[in-house]
Amino acid sequence: MTTYQEFIQQNEDRDGVRFSWNLWPSSRLEATRLVVPVSCLFTPLKERPDLPPVQYEPVLCSRANCKAVLNPLCQVDFRAKIWACNFCFQRNPFPPSYAGISDVNQPAELMPQFSTIEYIVQRGPPAPLIFLYVVDTCLEEEDLQALRESLQMSLSLLPPNALVGLITFGRMVQVHELSCEGIAKSYVFRGTKELSSKQIQEMLGLMKPTASGQQGRPLAPQDAVAASCRFLQPVHRVDMNLTDLLGELQRDPWPVPQGKRPLRSTGVALSVAVGLLEGTFPNTGARVMLFTGGPPTQGPGMVVGDELKTPIRSWHDIQKDNARYLKKATKHYEALANRSAVNGHSIDIYACALDQTGLLEMKCLANLTGGHIVMGDSFNTSLFKQTFQRVFTKDYNGDFRMAFGGTLEIKTSRELKVCGAIGPCVSLNSKSPCVSENEMGIGGTSQWKVCSLNPSTTLAMYFEVVNQHNAPIPQGGRGAIQFVTQYQHSNTQKRIRVTTIARNWADAQSQIQHIEGSFDQEVAAVLMARLGVFRAESEEGPDVLRWLDRQLIRLCQKFGQFNKDDPTSFKLSESLSLYPQFMFHLRRSPFLQVFNNSPDESSYYRHHFVRQDLTQSLIMIQPILYSYSFYGPPEPVLLDSSSILPDRILLMDTFFQLVIYHGETIAQWRKAGYQEMAEYENFKQLLQAPLDDAQEILQTRFPMPRYIDTEHGGSQARFLLSKVNPSQTHNNLYAWGQETGAPILTDDVSLQVFMDHLKKLAVSSSA
Amino acid sequence: MQGGYPPQQNGAFGQVRGPQPGYAGPYPGQSNYGAPAPAPAPAPPAQKRLDPDAIPSPQASDLPAVQKSRHRIDPDAIPSPIQVIEDDKAKSTEPFTTGVRGQAPPLVTTNFQVKDQGNASPRFIRCTAYNMPCTSDMAKQSQVPLAAVIKPLATLPPDETPPYLVDHGEGGPIRCNRCKAYMCPYMQFIEGGRRFQCGFCSCVTEVPPHYFQHLDHTGKRVDCYDRPELSLGSYEFLATVDYCKNNKLPQPPAFIFLIDVSYNAVKSGMVSIVCQELKTLLDYLPRENPDVDSVVRVGFVTYNKVLHFYNVKSSLAQPQMLVVSDVSDMFVPLLDGFLVNVNESRMVIESLLDQIPEMFADTRETETVFGPVIQAGLEALKAADCAGKLFIFHTSLPIAEAPGKLKNREDKKLIGTDKEKSLFQPQVGFYGSLAKECVAQGCCVDLFLFPNQYVDVATLGVVPVSTGGSIYKYTYFQAQTDRERFLNDLRRNVQKKVGFDAVMRVRTSTGIRATDFFGSFYMSNTTDVELAGLDCDKTITVEFRHDDKLSEETGALMQCAVLYTSCSGQRRLRIHNMAVNCCSQLADLYRNCETDTIINFFSKYAFRSVLTSPTKTVRDSLVNQCAQILACYRKNCASPSSAGQLILPECMKLLPVYLNCVLKSDVLLPGADVSLDDRAYLRQLISCMDVTESHVFFYPRLLPISTCDALPVAVRDSEERLSKGGVYLLETGLHLFLWVGANAQQELLINVFGTPSFSQIDPNMTSLPVLDNPFSQRLREIIDSFRAQRSRYMKLMVVKQEDKAELIFRHFLVEDKSASGGASYVDFLCHMHKEIRQLLS
Repeated sequence: MTTYQEFIQQNEDRDGVRFSWNLWPSSRLEATRLVVPVSCLFTPLKERPDLPPVQYEPVLCSRANCKAVLNPLCQVDFRAKIWACNFCFQRNPFPPSYAGISDVNQPAELMPQFSTIEYIVQRGPPAPLIFLYVVDTCLEEEDLQALRESLQMSLSLLPPNALVGLITFGRMVQVHELSCEGIAKSYVFRGTKELSSKQIQEMLGLMKPTASGQQGRPLAPQDAVAASCRFLQPVHRVDMNLTDLLGELQRDPWPVPQGKRPLRSTGVALSVAVGLLEGTFPNTGARVMLFTGGPPTQGPGMVVGDELKTPIRSWHDIQKDNARYLKKATKHYEALANRSAVNGHSIDIYACALDQTGLLEMKCLANLTGGHIVMGDSFNTSLFKQTFQRVFTKDYNGDFRMAFGGTLEIKTSRELKVCGAIGPCVSLNSKSPCVSENEMGIGGTSQWKVCSLNPSTTLAMYFEVVNQHNAPIPQGGRGAIQFVTQYQHSNTQKRIRVTTIARNWADAQSQIQHIEGSFDQEVAAVLMARLGVFRAESEEGPDVLRWLDRQLIRLCQKFGQFNKDDPTSFKLSESLSLYPQFMFHLRRSPFLQVFNNSPDESSYYRHHFVRQDLTQSLIMIQPILYSYSFYGPPEPVLLDSSSILPDRILLMDTFFQLVIYHGETIAQWRKAGYQEMAEYENFKQLLQAPLDDAQEILQTRFPMPRYIDTEHGGSQARFLLSKVNPSQTHNNLYAWGQETGAPILTDDVSLQVFMDHLKKLAVSSSA
Repeated sequence: MQGGYPPQQNGAFGQVRGPQPGYAGPYPGQSNYGAPAPAPAPAPPAQKRLDPDAIPSPQASDLPAVQKSRHRIDPDAIPSPIQVIEDDKAKSTEPFTTGVRGQAPPLVTTNFQVKDQGNASPRFIRCTAYNMPCTSDMAKQSQVPLAAVIKPLATLPPDETPPYLVDHGEGGPIRCNRCKAYMCPYMQFIEGGRRFQCGFCSCVTEVPPHYFQHLDHTGKRVDCYDRPELSLGSYEFLATVDYCKNNKLPQPPAFIFLIDVSYNAVKSGMVSIVCQELKTLLDYLPRENPDVDSVVRVGFVTYNKVLHFYNVKSSLAQPQMLVVSDVSDMFVPLLDGFLVNVNESRMVIESLLDQIPEMFADTRETETVFGPVIQAGLEALKAADCAGKLFIFHTSLPIAEAPGKLKNREDKKLIGTDKEKSLFQPQVGFYGSLAKECVAQGCCVDLFLFPNQYVDVATLGVVPVSTGGSIYKYTYFQAQTDRERFLNDLRRNVQKKVGFDAVMRVRTSTGIRATDFFGSFYMSNTTDVELAGLDCDKTITVEFRHDDKLSEETGALMQCAVLYTSCSGQRRLRIHNMAVNCCSQLADLYRNCETDTIINFFSKYAFRSVLTSPTKTVRDSLVNQCAQILACYRKNCASPSSAGQLILPECMKLLPVYLNCVLKSDVLLPGADVSLDDRAYLRQLISCMDVTESHVFFYPRLLPISTCDALPVAVRDSEERLSKGGVYLLETGLHLFLWVGANAQQELLINVFGTPSFSQIDPNMTSLPVLDNPFSQRLREIIDSFRAQRSRYMKLMVVKQEDKAELIFRHFLVEDKSASGGASYVDFLCHMHKEIRQLLS
């Protein structure tokens, strides 16, 4: 038999699913005692070049509240041409088109290797993709120029038939008409006024106005399309026009008095954008792309006043309840995000400014609609330029790596119910028998809307075993979960991807070792981290940490081997051995620690954490550290202060940052210019090696990480020092003067201390 | 509508109507031009009242009383306006010098030159009385209104010097410490010139050192004749920052053109005409010095139920349109590039004006807004921090959902009832408060209306009227026939001299006080007349009342000071000084007053009263006041004579005929087909007319055209005076008719129309054919000169005798009975006499 490692890897490669437990405890009671819930990370659109989509409709179970898709786990009676649903056990006849099936002539969806299968379905006319640029003009000229260029460049990356629109804003909001020849025309909205979707559509001429007291009625469909055409045009038709328009884009002309911030109407601009799309292309894939260079300073959704002397809210202000605009602004953006999500439109935020831009308030726009958040210092940086370009990367088929208007539905076998999901999604409030009352994450539903998806978008799904302890599951029984993802492919096709997985049930009393062995500690760490981050959005930081600690201690108590009250006897099996370390780093991560981070940064980090796949998430929790030296090939080293040595170059990848750290000696050599000398070619190569590796990461990652090249004693070295385990600090002086690493000036506990405490608490009989 | 019929009168005279019951149709007398005799009508009531004693034999001194047979009074025997006008012309040969206090100037119909010798020229100020009664009792007794009609920025003829500009340096103009009157010839320098005593309040003020000058032996400063403010009636001061808003020198003003582009506007051709014209007109923006380019900036907006602003920044290759559909809460969507210098942005502006008619050529939008249009202009001026003028070209009742939305409330049933007054009042309060904001910003609004139906001029006019703006109305505008009139009006309006953000204050010497003001302006208190804009045609009428006794020795002084921003952005004060005599004898009062000015005052007073009282009450009180004036004269000044005699003061012998014209006007006594809009329009028009305009408006000028030499002498406005064989020109300041008699000589017709046949004359022509004969040339010169005299272009209407259009023409024969029931001159005179007799008995 293959190891669990291999099994997990195989499953992940095929289905994009990794479960915390790969053997499921057979009763609710046992399940709760396992501390880590039965849960998984699921990547709905995991790239499967080896999986050609089939060109027909999926076969559905005929039971009204089931509608599960025919899958390899179903029992099939080839003679009677009947299949039994493995979720509700309904017996369904095959549709007429399946008349020819037999043992040897099976459709793909019945073959075990097609546990994940993708259908291309014909529903409605193909809808074009829509890209609506929402551009802040309160930028410095240099920034605006860079942004203009990026936007102009992006036009060449869009599919020619994609619709594109432009909204610019500063003190006012301008919706640019793209169809007209000659005179450039735009509709202007005041930046201070809250407008309903209906008002916006009326004002844009997308709807007949309310005739005295009566309801405004929408235009006839063809008129509405014609009207919307003015604002959203196929790229190939307005390419030139729009390029000129972007070229002529001026800075917001309204004067900004001394000591004031420019008036920036981000809130209204977004509500106009949402209103425009809502009225013209509901339920069609669309991206609203917000480019902003500062915080909203007026109107609905304002985050900070225009007085420069009042700084934008900090965590300190928020904790002191001193953030005046926080609640109102958040409410405004949440309302917009929800409206947008309902219509399947996603909102990206590209915020480039040195100070905060209000991501804390606006994050929901991207979080609920699957949009991106990109945070940078300036639009005139390669970080922004390349990241933005990467939004439009294409896959092996030449299609954009983006999908729109996704809905993810979950079906479970009877012993399981779904508690919720954590990821870039909103609930569709679909009640089905498989919905648990116990909510974890976004729960209470079996369907979620994921407005925008890409191949790495990963959701955490949490389940509950509902089987009662006294009603055992028959020996050898399997629980099954089906993920049905419907979405609009970037080539405008409608597609459905179905993944059906099954795991064995195990009795936790007799088979606890097996269950323990089936534990996937990596994914479990990420799943618990997502729960923690989800909690942190609404709870105080310390409470979340306490909760995480308690879960860890309970897990250790459950699975550790120890003698009561004897910490030294504590042992964890291999399948759990790394888990505490993950938790240690998670506790120190910016996802749970707000110290030294602005509210915007925290929002930004959390945003990315709850959508990336397992590998990236692990990097975020516990950054990877590589060491380069003359003593051998580059090797991964412990994320520990002891790894910081004078004759090493370190490359740290925290997902958000790539830090290249030159040890003291290396830095001196470099300063002396040895790399320039022919006889030290090897030194030159050593210096180059981490750069090449970093380049490789920079090439592929979205968003592009911040690239930091520093050395011993450099100010930027703090990025490294704050991440490593402080095994040597100014407090344990014995390490001073030794060649074993660099002390970190911190009061944070080291992993060693953390583990000691954990052991003590785990073995304590009173805990 | 019928052809050849002036558009501005549409609705008013749209159809031929039958005679009113109870009244004779056309004048029943001798139709010496051979009109068919009208059907015998029942005797008019006025005739029934005729008393053989009513019109007594003429008095030797105060003549114009007439005696006639029982049923006919000879119209030639009653006072003739033409006679009075011609007499005055003959009398006034010398230039009129203003140095002598209390001297009445020649009539407005007389051409004369003015020499400013210390009092304001009558072109700036005309008074009802140049001998004011000393006490309020006398004033009350006589009932003669004490008023001045002031036209502060009046254009002077080329042979008269415009007011000098005086700069008193950084300290600003020198003023009386107490009443703040400006330095003027009435200030008395004392103590060797170290102080001066104010002629208005008698307060003594130190002369600032830089202004000190020695006095000569008569007590006059030796530099008296070097300084306009010491020797002239009218002059200007350069104002300092203290006289500016927010203590900041003003920015040059801006003109914003706001063009309705709804379906009607486009279809009538208005949009393309305006855009075409603006391209050239923009080179003629007002400027102080004709050699320098105007500093006035311009901006453009088009609108239907949404507004389109245009960015015409010079750096743009193409103009940009910014649409604001949020009309409920108007704002200006751009800052830079909206108001531009014409020369810098010429290419962009021309491109824009070329494109506007194309862009909206296929519009199907019929609804318009109006309030937000003004708000938009106002906000733009606010944003640019300057004063300026909005030119609004508008077509229809603003029924689109927006602030200032209006309903059609034209209800003929209300006419003549107590509720009629409500039709003259604005239907919503919105425009009132908007006007207030406009005035605060110095935003003057000129409204060009092109209505095809009721547009509620009474409401739309609120802002123009309160901001010193003008309203022009072109009903049933048709590009072909009305283009000339509209374009001439527009050109004149754009080019004429105009001041902005003006405040006028009238100070008077002790004893009288300015109590009431009439005109296009706004008042936030009882003394300051605020005018967002003040152009050379605008007149303000001020009424004075006694608050103490006046002395015959010092007379009554008034000083009208207008603080304004000139079209070059300079802040200035224009000062007009006027001194009149005071009298303790009523006879002196009656000897030295001006009927034309009194009528101007009465008409403004009456037209304002229709807002608060039924028109009948207004008419009755007018008649009553005039009767009292004349009765007072009869009682106190005329030599004793039979009670049955009508004796009129020489200066006022035309009061009855003119008053009758006021009473018969469309505002006070409308015909059945005079639209409410027309009445509201006239009402507002009159409110800022000067005496020249009001005179010809109420008593049109009717010229027989027979010779081609000197300007012919006018004839009286009566059908009787028309000869069937003649051609007559009639002008009212708004209308111009050429009446052609049915038997006009062929030679005359050939000379004028180029055709010998009466029937071949095209009644729809709006200009005479250019024929190479002295007669045609002369006639066209006369028409051109008439047009040049008036502030609005008069479209020529050719009226053929017995054509249906003649009805319209007859309306202006004001000595005759009018179709709407207005009395003939003769009848009214009899009625007046009766009233006077009643008062006397």
